[in-house]
Amino acid sequence: MAAHAEAAHHGPPAAHHSSRVSASVLGMLLFIASEVMLFGSFFTAYFFVRVVNGIDWPPAPFELPIFVAGVNTAILVTSSFTMHWALQSIKRGNRAGLQAGLLLTFLMGLVFLLTQAIEYSRVGFAPHDGAFGTIFYCLTGLHGAHVFVGLSILLFMTIRAFRGHFSPEHHHGVEIGGIYWHFVDVMWIVVYSTVYLL
Amino acid sequence: MINPLRSEAEAFRFLIASIAYFGAIVTAAVAGGTWAGLGVFVGLTAGVLAWWLHARREERPPQTAPRPHAEGERRILVVANETVAGHTLRSVILEKSRGVRGEVLVVTPALNSPLKHWVSDEDQARAAAQERLDASLAKLAEAGVQARGEVGDGDPLQAMEDALRTFGADQIIISTHPEGRSHWLERGVVEKARERFAVPITHVVVDLEAERDDVRD
Repeated sequence: MAAHAEAAHHGPPAAHHSSRVSASVLGMLLFIASEVMLFGSFFTAYFFVRVVNGIDWPPAPFELPIFVAGVNTAILVTSSFTMHWALQSIKRGNRAGLQAGLLLTFLMGLVFLLTQAIEYSRVGFAPHDGAFGTIFYCLTGLHGAHVFVGLSILLFMTIRAFRGHFSPEHHHGVEIGGIYWHFVDVMWIVVYSTVYLL
Repeated sequence: MINPLRSEAEAFRFLIASIAYFGAIVTAAVAGGTWAGLGVFVGLTAGVLAWWLHARREERPPQTAPRPHAEGERRILVVANETVAGHTLRSVILEKSRGVRGEVLVVTPALNSPLKHWVSDEDQARAAAQERLDASLAKLAEAGVQARGEVGDGDPLQAMEDALRTFGADQIIISTHPEGRSHWLERGVVEKARERFAVPITHVVVDLEAERDDVRD
């Protein structure tokens, strides 16, 4: 029996996909799940500081640059649209769309990160200025670090796209990077809504 | 439940939904104060959770095809919990392997309670399944059917898929109790198996109590 089977198939049985999710997507999902827990611990600290202390937010005399952060939010959300466009383009065989979409996404992510760095330099308080300053920098900094990681992934994706990688049949690298980028955007929506607006 | 980050397109939709969700909360809080924002937050969150817990993905699972093997050989996968004792099942196995070199694998799922399954407490379930399997193999041997056996996953569909990947069956026989007494039939195991596996499936109903059997192709 084994001889018959070996005649048609060499090596171990095909990989088991009982979850019906590819191993790479599953890996990204598990990674994002751990990220949700990480952000969750920081948000817990934020709400603890804000609700338990019962202080005004932000405490006087500090002010948060809501408008600049709002424009930055719009830029980051727009980058998700270009990311989505990039993937839809390569699914239809439109390589130029893929390249343009990834490049625009990368540039908008870079603008977001630079704007946040400028915001830090002008915001008027530092991480050591009480619990407010600490939690503000921790939350926005944690998110900024994730944007940096996302930009690194995007850079590789963009280089690969310009080198002719990816096709309508094989675009898994864009798919996984896209999931991560959207997740980073969702986390920013949470940060912006809770820290800046509410 | 639906995983909102299963693909890029779903993650993108999740982002749009998040913007709408937080937009509504912020708008309510700014316009009506903290308590209005809190009310919208509680209402929206309850609605989203209720939808999410009940949402089901409408998709057909990819079919698992049998692995190729030598001509003139027929591999029969028998999935049965405790109904191998029925004489109809034995005659169906003999009929399916008539005129060819037949190889039979009996898989007995290690049925377990959901709680024990999730905490990986399956030693007893596997031991009980092994006993049932040994009894089934002995009965098949008495009837002249040479078969080997395996204890499979507690989910009969998963057990079939696992066996297909290593055994490469080109015929599956699912043996169940009659309707009304079969949990597998209640759960639509036979229909789901026909959707999921690109292998001919024969459903054998074994009424052990009445020794009155029925076969449906």
